[in-house]
Amino acid sequence: MSKILIRGAEVLGGAPQDVLIDGETIAAVGTGLDAGGAEVVDAAGKVLLPGLVDLHTHLREPGREDSETVLTGTRAAACGGYTAVFAMANTFPVADTAGVVEQVYRLGQEHGYCDVQPIGAVTVGLAGRQLAELGAMHESAAGVTVFSDDGKCVDDAVIMRRALEYVKAFGGVVAQHAQEPRLTEGAQMNEGVVSAELGLGGWPAVAEESIIARDVLLADHVGSRVHICHLSTAGSVEIVRWAKSRGIAVTAEVTPHHLLLTDELVRSYNPVYKVNPPLRTERDVRALREALADGTIDIVATDHAPHPHEDKDCEWAAAAMGMVGLETALSVVQETMVDTGLLDWAGVADRMSSAPARIGRATGHGRPVSAGEPANLTLVDTAYRGRVDPAGFASRSRNTPYEGRELPGRVTHTWLRGKATLVDGKLT
Amino acid sequence: MQRHLISAADLTRDDAVLILDTAEEMARVADRPIKKLPTLRGRTIVNLFFEDSTRTRISFEAAEKRLSADVINFTAKGSSVSKGESLKDTAQTLEAMGVDAVVIRHGASGAPYRLANSGWIDAAVINAGDGTHQHPTQALLDAFTMRRRLVGRDAGLGRDLAGRRITVVGDVLHSRVARSNVDLLHTLGAEVTLVAPPTLLPVGVGAWPCEVSYDLDATLPKSDAVMMLRVQRERMNAAFFPTEREYARRYGLDADRMARMPEHAIVMHPGPMVRGMEITAEVADSDRCTAVEQVANGVSIRMAVLYLLLGGNEPAVTHARTTEEK
Repeated sequence: MSKILIRGAEVLGGAPQDVLIDGETIAAVGTGLDAGGAEVVDAAGKVLLPGLVDLHTHLREPGREDSETVLTGTRAAACGGYTAVFAMANTFPVADTAGVVEQVYRLGQEHGYCDVQPIGAVTVGLAGRQLAELGAMHESAAGVTVFSDDGKCVDDAVIMRRALEYVKAFGGVVAQHAQEPRLTEGAQMNEGVVSAELGLGGWPAVAEESIIARDVLLADHVGSRVHICHLSTAGSVEIVRWAKSRGIAVTAEVTPHHLLLTDELVRSYNPVYKVNPPLRTERDVRALREALADGTIDIVATDHAPHPHEDKDCEWAAAAMGMVGLETALSVVQETMVDTGLLDWAGVADRMSSAPARIGRATGHGRPVSAGEPANLTLVDTAYRGRVDPAGFASRSRNTPYEGRELPGRVTHTWLRGKATLVDGKLT
Repeated sequence: MQRHLISAADLTRDDAVLILDTAEEMARVADRPIKKLPTLRGRTIVNLFFEDSTRTRISFEAAEKRLSADVINFTAKGSSVSKGESLKDTAQTLEAMGVDAVVIRHGASGAPYRLANSGWIDAAVINAGDGTHQHPTQALLDAFTMRRRLVGRDAGLGRDLAGRRITVVGDVLHSRVARSNVDLLHTLGAEVTLVAPPTLLPVGVGAWPCEVSYDLDATLPKSDAVMMLRVQRERMNAAFFPTEREYARRYGLDADRMARMPEHAIVMHPGPMVRGMEITAEVADSDRCTAVEQVANGVSIRMAVLYLLLGGNEPAVTHARTTEEK
């Protein structure tokens, strides 16, 4: 494999440096490196980050290839600067056996745009009653370490306790979709001033917070680690902050959309804003940003949830929940966290690469940008500003809440183990 | 006036008063031997009802026919909708047949808003009730009834409901009627108090332009009109209240409670009434209860809305006809 010299990149937002890739590895980092025979990429003024890692992606294959496939999803990931994505288990069939997770893993390897690390279901069929064969999924070629019934909450306290305990044997983690089911029957949006006016069924913050409170206590009790998916409320932040102060092994993620958007947008009744957990209030958005900045929330995860057009081109109640996010995540984080001064680029590298890789045990990802490390890298033109045009998405689906919105930052290059998957904003 | 009528909150005070005044003109037509105006001759209106609602559909249909519109009734049951056709396709199919206005009743909050604002169709959209969101023509007919009773039929012309104290009692949480009434009555200058058990009030009600009370008896003496909302017995199965007897005792309107209202005060009900639950038969059948009058007023209000939305540029036919007959 040929050599590539990334010239003058601001590594993690620092002083300009050259980064030499040789084969699959970073060979050298320094100033004034000799290009030799290497292909030179002019990175002046751009920020170089470790390849991004998404702990929460829906690739929809197998079963809903009309909305996304492993191929289209990983191409979207490469466009967004990702080199590894964790594929959620709510496919058809559900990823609750070694066979399904191995298939998804192999498709990712075959396509070569982005490593795909399948997440295994906690319970058979996501039904919340019987544990899936977690050990078999871990021992499979896919090497599953993250387990989640995402889309559904593991609401039975005993099942949750057992799952937390069981995966300790192989260093696994349960990622909980925190949603008390009875409190959210018929829920359509955040419960509050806007839902009262619009007459849409309320999804109260307490339905999320009560499950998180229970689960951090369970994790404490059995000495396991627990990961909270798409944390969305100010109250959840307080609970996780308290748990961490007690030394409980909890980690949490926030989505880009919960960092930027509020339930005021639902006044349009446009289902492009329909998502689970729902968009919350300005106060929640502020708390989430602060929590991501101070590390209470560990990571940004996209909850990239592709849906076909017809599932959003309808009345609110009939629409599917979810938004695509892989191709806009970094821009939203720049807008909400970097350009606001809450986080520097080293912080972004931590929240969007190192920390998710650590939580998911994604070896070779989220590593420092230094000699000897795998060449998983993302180059970002942070000075760019442009309007989001879903027509240009690599994802098969277009259900973005940002259409027409001006956002900063654009990923120009992505390298997966030294191989360029994105060059000058174009997929290879 | 806007092109559509989606929410009572979209109406300005002047819009609302114009509709009420126009409805008074329309009401005069009902007193004639021939209750028909040529205003909407050649215009086609579809009543697109995804939810069963015989009384609202018939009221709109009567209004449309009195204005000489061609009327198409569409109910979702047994149609392509039950075979999975989307709202968009249904609406576009109807518009392709040359529909000028769509009167829509839908179980999903916001469905009329989507229909009016998604670029799916060009026809005017009139909300005939959507989920637990809005039912603007109901609020208008209620306001019309209040103005007639509390201000006066002729004295009310051009006037709003400034300073009138209106109490709305019952299942506010699930009620599009309550939401529409709060919005419209506030716009018309009335002071609204909602009375309900806390379980039947939405979280966030504190932001509404009204007062909230859990105590019906304390509120009745300060009310010029008391509007009782229907309370479905099944709500007790979801723990909104313990039993229908307890609900009726605490929040139902019986003769004793009615006696605590000021003498001029009226009892209103949007129907259908659950006698013995939120209202006793004695109250429902009393002279002070305007439930039947509200139904009659509904036709006048809907005529006024259709006239103003669809024929507003043409001369006010009512006057022309009246002059002719003289």
